Amino acid sequence: MITIIDYGLGNIRAFANVYERLNIPFIVAKTADELKAATKIIFPGVGSFDHAISKLNNSGMRETLDKLVLNHQLPVIGICVGMQMLAKSSDEGILPGLAWIDGTVKKFDAAVLKSKTQLPHMGWNTIHPNNDNPLLLNLSNDSRFYFLHSYYFKCNNQNDSIATTEYGIQYTSAVNSKNIYGVQFHPEKSHQWGIQLLKNFAKL
Amino acid sequence: MLRPRIIPCLLVKDGGLVKTVNFTNPKYVGDPINAVKIFNEKEVDELIVLDIDATVQNREPDYVIIKNLAAECRMPLCYGGGVKTVEQVERIISLGVEKVAMSSAAVSNPRIVAQAAEIVGSQSVVVVMDVKKTGRGCNYDVWTHNASKPTGQSPVDFAKRVENFGAGEVVINSIDRDGVMKGYDLDLVKVIRDSISLPITVLGGAGTIKDIAALIHNFGIIGAAAGSLFVFKGIYRAVLINYPSRAKRDALINQVRQDG
Repeated sequence: MITIIDYGLGNIRAFANVYERLNIPFIVAKTADELKAATKIIFPGVGSFDHAISKLNNSGMRETLDKLVLNHQLPVIGICVGMQMLAKSSDEGILPGLAWIDGTVKKFDAAVLKSKTQLPHMGWNTIHPNNDNPLLLNLSNDSRFYFLHSYYFKCNNQNDSIATTEYGIQYTSAVNSKNIYGVQFHPEKSHQWGIQLLKNFAKL
Repeated sequence: MLRPRIIPCLLVKDGGLVKTVNFTNPKYVGDPINAVKIFNEKEVDELIVLDIDATVQNREPDYVIIKNLAAECRMPLCYGGGVKTVEQVERIISLGVEKVAMSSAAVSNPRIVAQAAEIVGSQSVVVVMDVKKTGRGCNYDVWTHNASKPTGQSPVDFAKRVENFGAGEVVINSIDRDGVMKGYDLDLVKVIRDSISLPITVLGGAGTIKDIAALIHNFGIIGAAAGSLFVFKGIYRAVLINYPSRAKRDALINQVRQDG
């Protein structure tokens, strides 16, 4: 069963709404015990990096999650800060990340951006899928997603980057390594395109 | 490419939706959840909901309404009204709201912006400034409590201050233009845009889709918010929730880009 992790951050209800409308069963897990039935994991996140990591660490689910993702290799998708938490570390905080994907989280540097942009990167932007990843099935170059962030995921292994987005620079807006996925944008708030992506995730 | 945002702004009073003119004469226009359902179908870019009573009545935000709205919204939601503490910001975010707006709290204690940003991240902290012209020329003041209290602060100074304290977005809300539907105050937007580098959303004055086009033409990537335009239809201001189709919005944005 698709299991949405509720550690006190992120819009759990928005994911639930999408899956209810698609008639795809899911549960919401608040404790390690409730993770037992998980076959796929949605890992939302909003807020600052350290705050999100502390919340997760204090949720009592951290160890079980590590086991399910790293040993049992269940498909997992991190959303927004949830994606950033997959990295080893972030410019935004001092706590270590989950280190599930080899990368670090960087702040957009106004000095190196090629065009005059504002931070945070806020609003509807397009993604450029750069391989045939099953998460991005039926999502073309002009698919639109809602973004809301000032930091971005920098992959150490370029093969892990499965989509990029242009905002002053071309940066990684979706990652995948083995069973682990992440998207910087909010599929749960991105109308038909987000619904397609969440449908794809359910089929992995 | 990042696109400008076109944002309906809904005002909540006594649990119902209202629309004001110059922040007065609230007219009942319907049920908030019903409006959200219609806006879902129209695939709106984003939604702003402001509770216009909470601060004036010095009461807590209505968490039940917020929770119901967040559950219904298929698009990003910004909530404002009566938010005074970091605990309130955190609680509202935990209900599934993407952004929390503060106004009078940020005026009386700008440090709250920094404190909130530390917990929920700058991207989720919005400051709304209600702005009114002071007599002649291009002088403006920031007002609070539903345009009943002048702060004596200029919007430029205030915007710079909240940017320094870590706000993620500034909503410029023109008291003079509210509900008037004769166009945005582009001079006001320009002075703010030139003084900060945060994303800006402009509210107050949009009467037609052309007013939105003019705003985007002048400022490129910007939030174009409107109340009356998206809840009224025709010269008799009949209540009808509306929003331009995706094809219309694309055509508008492409046209502005070609002209630009």
